[in-house]
Parts: sequence; structure tokens; C-alpha cells
Amino acid sequence: MRHTTFFWFFLPTATAMLLFIAAPIVSVVIQSVFAPHEAVFIEVESCTPLVGCKTETTIDQEATRALKEAQPLGRFVGLETYFNRGHLAVAEVRELWLNEPDWSSFFNRLGNLPFYRAMAFTLTFTFIVTPLVILVGLMVALAVNTVHERLKGVVIFFSLLPFVITPLIGALVLFWMIDARGILGTAIQWLANDPDLSLKASTGMMWVSLIVYGVWHAAPFAFVIFYAGLQTLPLDQIEAAQIDGASRFQRVRYVVVPHLMPLITFVALMQLMDNFRVFEPIVGFNAEAHAQSLSWAIFNDLGGEVQQLSSAAATSVMTIIGVAILLSPVLYRTWRDNRRAA
Amino acid sequence: MFLKKVAIVGAMSAVLGTTAMACEIGARVSIIGNEFPAIQTVGAEAAACTGAEITKNLTSEHNEINLPGVTSGEYTAAILANSSIVKMMNDDVILPLDDLVAKHGAGLQSSQLIKIDGKVMAVAFMANAQHLMYRSDVLADLGIAVPTTYEEMLAAAEKIRSAGVMENPVGGAYAAGWNLAQEFNNMFLGYGGSHFKAGSAEPNVNSEAGVNALNMMKALSEYMNPDFLTHDSNATNAEYRAGNIALLNMWGSRAASQTTTEGVTDAVKNGHAIAGPMTVGGGSIPASTLWWDGWTVSKNISDAEAEASFIALMNGIRPDLMADEAIRTQAVWLIEGYQPTDAAIGVFEAAKMGTTPYPMLPYMGLMHSALGAELGDFMQGKESPEQALADIEAAYIAAAKEAGFL
Repeated sequence: MRHTTFFWFFLPTATAMLLFIAAPIVSVVIQSVFAPHEAVFIEVESCTPLVGCKTETTIDQEATRALKEAQPLGRFVGLETYFNRGHLAVAEVRELWLNEPDWSSFFNRLGNLPFYRAMAFTLTFTFIVTPLVILVGLMVALAVNTVHERLKGVVIFFSLLPFVITPLIGALVLFWMIDARGILGTAIQWLANDPDLSLKASTGMMWVSLIVYGVWHAAPFAFVIFYAGLQTLPLDQIEAAQIDGASRFQRVRYVVVPHLMPLITFVALMQLMDNFRVFEPIVGFNAEAHAQSLSWAIFNDLGGEVQQLSSAAATSVMTIIGVAILLSPVLYRTWRDNRRAA
Repeated sequence: MFLKKVAIVGAMSAVLGTTAMACEIGARVSIIGNEFPAIQTVGAEAAACTGAEITKNLTSEHNEINLPGVTSGEYTAAILANSSIVKMMNDDVILPLDDLVAKHGAGLQSSQLIKIDGKVMAVAFMANAQHLMYRSDVLADLGIAVPTTYEEMLAAAEKIRSAGVMENPVGGAYAAGWNLAQEFNNMFLGYGGSHFKAGSAEPNVNSEAGVNALNMMKALSEYMNPDFLTHDSNATNAEYRAGNIALLNMWGSRAASQTTTEGVTDAVKNGHAIAGPMTVGGGSIPASTLWWDGWTVSKNISDAEAEASFIALMNGIRPDLMADEAIRTQAVWLIEGYQPTDAAIGVFEAAKMGTTPYPMLPYMGLMHSALGAELGDFMQGKESPEQALADIEAAYIAAAKEAGFL
């Protein structure tokens, strides 16, 4: 393709990417290195119903207006927001490193800092859910592939349902089912023979519930992609393997899985990204006391009475960096394979 | 006889018609606010005005959008509470209403005017506070007096549990986050604590009052459903309506609907009773906070829009609404002519007992967020009260420094 032709072909895509991907990222990065101006306080009398008047502190708008007009972005703080206690907590971590006697108490106290607490759950969730989604998706795809032609449509429809349901609604449904009075909660109490068992009251059980939700929600995504891949599997290869005396497991292991490998890489990439941004189940399960993620931290910063835009921006940038780090091995492999092929 | 009725109805609708006709506005009005019944009433009555377009967006997610919406002038008026007016004041986006009150504010009571630095910044229409709700039948059966302190509540809970009536007789909106932080605020103020060092934004929760408050919350949680960290007001009320709890500290704004919702058992309907807020630790000030809900007008809009918004919202809180029994029971109204209903005694008792108003300080929102994020570990028994309070102060200081308050 001639260079000018390529340019005109690519221009709309490039413009859209610049507008909707690059510009917001630049804006978030800028936001994260600025913070609101120092507030000037004054004491004023304020009067409220049923109570009367008393002296209260408020912001002196006259004094801060000039400052705001001169520097509308706020004051430049550089990477300060990234290093404060709400994020990387550099000073706090150094202090723990110097003062904590052993590893277990170091990690214990580290989990007390919001960023590391969020990372602990996010990484656990990502690295357990992603392989399980691939495994379950593959198993469902193989099972559906053997179902009688007439039933396939119905089976595929029902297998896809968890993915079709809005994530927050799906999380709420599961949340009420695992309640101590819900159908699953009661069943688990009966199985464990412990009438006081509550999945929502313990951190470990809550993590398990969130992971089960994550797999339940995303497995259909993997299933539908693998199922599409199975339709392209050449039958003669399978037959040849059968003639060679390969068992069903061996056929899957040595014929089907290698054939699906590019798709498995694709699903792994998507799942790593999605799971690193885990958010809806934490809100749906009211799980913030037990599990927090970076996305939840952004939501929390923006949801309070005083919106912490700089803090949320810094967490967003850290999420982008986190996703990039997670994807780098897979992206590197794809790049290497492409180069080799070329 | 029939004709007479028709005539009366006709005359009445004519009268009502003229009141509605009286509300004429000349410019666009757009209202943002929360969605509970009392606010729905105010919004609907404001929207009854004619002459120009009136839109309203009443949603539980109002807090996420009201500041940008009011700043840009997209919303010409916002329905707020004493916690949420602070951010509007911080960003200087709401209009002082003194001129409009003088021009169109006939019928407002002086207690309705929220004055900050001598200027009217909001018009309040209802009050709210958390106070005791209880099952009078359960307490009477066991010969327990209605608790007036949290210590008595604990004793009552123990009696109910040991009598085998209920396994977890205490309820509370202890969901991690905003609700749990609010319960701490109540208890902390009840123990005589104050969130900040006098006259500054320096935190002051890591104190004896803070430790006492946390220990009391922990003691209460022993008598709650083990899932208490996931129970917000709605979930707690569902437990109460199902007859699973007998004692709870709950919002006055929910008192009237406590027994009218579908599915409430007869035992709860007949036994439901309310009382004032409780004190704690021998203090005289209740472990609760006093709230108001009111409306404000945006600053960044035309004078005509500001005037229209004021007129429309005045129509939403006009005194003759208080004649309507259904509206009267929706809230503890601050409007002239309001006769308190039985559901209102809790909030009035709170006011009479000198309950502290929720602090209207520029940095209180950050403290509330820090409390909400850091208290969960303590309530699960993962750390000591001192550690939890130190974490809260550290989290608050980081946020306050970033926001320019420290």
C-alpha cells in the first residue's frame, strides 16, 4: 500500500484514538500532578434550624479567588500525590521496613496501607480468576460442541446468560443468594453443619465468593470464543489422532488446545485487563470492608462529599501502568512470534 | 346532596387551581436532589409551576453529579443537606439568597434560613436525626425499660438474647463506608469528642473519646447479625421489618415508612415504637447528629433563572401543603403550620436534648471518607482501636494535605 493511501485510510482511526484514548490519558496525567490550592479559612457565624447560631470555619472565597484565577489547574505538586499514604506510601513503607522485626509483621502492616491492601486483593483475584475462566470456558465449549445439533442453540443461550447479565445485577443476585438466609448461604451452612456460618462476615470467604462470581461472570466470554474456534478445527486431524489411538484427553491436549492457542492468548489478555480492573462485584457484594481494588479506590475518592480528583487521577495512572506491566509478557511474546513469522 | 358535593369539590379545585396559578415562573428551572419521599413531594410541587420549562433529577446518586451540575449552571437549584452544602460553599457555586428571600420569601420561618457569615445560603424544609426505634412488645414481655443510653441498650440486648427471643437483637446501619463512619460520628460526639483540634483542620479522633466510641461499637456489633458490615439502612430496616431485631438506631426520615412497607409482620406493626436518641458513657449530649435538608440556588446562572428557581421551590414548600395528611407524615417539616405526627417524636426529642448538628466544616467530608475506609479492619477484630484511629488520622492527613486544607 502506498504511504499516502495508508495515511488516508488510517486517519479516521488515528483521530478517534487521539481524541478518545490519548487525550483523556494526558488529561488524567496532568490532573495527577496538580492539587487544589491551599485553602484560606475564616471563622464565621452560621445558623441552622433547631440549633441556633454558632461559630464555624469556612473557606474565605475572596482570598482564594485570586489564587484560583492565576493558576486554574491548582498548585503543582509533582509526584507528591503518587508517593503519599493514599497511594505508594513511600515514607510509611520505609518506616515499616526499618522498624518491623520480621517479614510476617511487615506484610501484615503493609496490608494496612490502602494501595497495598487493594493490590493484594486485585492480584489474587486476577491470577486466580484468569486461569479458571480459561479452564471453565474450554470445558464448557468442549461439552457444548458434543451436544446434539437440535439442542445446541438452547444450550449456548443458557451458557451465555451470566455474561449477558449486567455485572452489577449479577453481583447483587449472587450477593443475596449467599446471604445467611439465601438459598446458597443456607445450603453451605447445612453442608458445613455450622448454623452460624456467614460468607459475608469473613474476609477469606468473601474473597472466595468474589472469585466465584468473577469466574461465573466471565467464563461464558471464554466459552463463546473457544466454541467459535472449535468450529474451525479440521476434523481429519482429530480422526487421524483417533486412528493413532489417542484418548479423548490426549486429543484435547495435543490437537485441540494447540489449535486454540492464539484464542487462549487473546482471552488471557482480555481477562488480565478486565480482572485487574475488578470493581462491580466489590460494590455489588458490599465487600469494601474485606476487599478493595484500585478501581474501587478511584470510585471512593470521587464519591465522597469532598471529591479527591488528584488522588483519583493518580490511582488511574497507576492502574494504566499496572495493566501495561501485566500485559507486557504476553505482548512481548506476540511481538516475537510475529517477527519470527516475518 | 350530590350537586352540593360537586359544587364543593369544584370550589375547592378552583381554590387549589388558583394557588397553582399563583406560581408563575419566567425562566428555566432545573432541580437536582435526593429521592426520598419528602424530597419527591417538594420536587413535584415545585414542578407544578407554569410559564417555563421545569426539569428535576431526583436520584440517590445526586451527590456524584450535583457539584459539577451546579457549577456549570446545568442545574439551577440543588436540594442538599448540611453535609453536602459544604462542597458547594467550598467551591463558591451557590447564590446568597437574601434579596430573593426579601422579595419572594413571605411565609418562611426564620428558623428555615441557613445563614453562613450573615448571608442566607439555603432554605431548609425538614430536619432529620438518628434515634432509637424498638419493639415495645419484646421489651414489655421481658420487663425491660426503654433504653435511654447505649449501656442500657447492651443490657437489654443481653436479656433478649439470653431469653432466647432473638439471637441478634441489635440492628444498625454498620455497612463499611459512609454508614459505618456515621455511626462512629454519633458515638464519638456522644462521648464528648470533637473531630478536629479547635479552629484548625488538624484531626483529633485519636483520643479517649475515639477509643471509647470504637469499643462501644464493637460491643454492640456482638449483638448484631454477623453480616453487619454489609448492612446499610435499607438492609437494617429489612431485618427490623422481618422481626429479627428489636433495637436499632435509625434515621427519623424512615420512621413513618417503617411499618407501612409490604411484608411487615403483624408483630412488628403492633410492637413498633420510637424514642429519642440515646446517650453514652454518662454524657448528656445524645450519641447522634442533627441534620437538615434544604435547597440552594446556583450562582452561575442568569438572575431570571435564579428568581424562577426560588419561586418554584418556594411553591414546593408552601405552608398549605402541611394540611395534607400524607405529606405531613413524610418528614419532620420545618414549614409553618406543620403539626408533628407520632413518627416525628424521635427527631424532636433529639433537638430538645441538644444533639450536635453534623459538622458543616470544609474538611469534614474528607474525615468522613477516611473513617469509612479505615474502620472496617477494627470492626472485624483485625486491629486495636488505637491502631484504627491512628490509621484514620494518617489517611485524613494525606487527603487533607492534597486538598490544601493542611
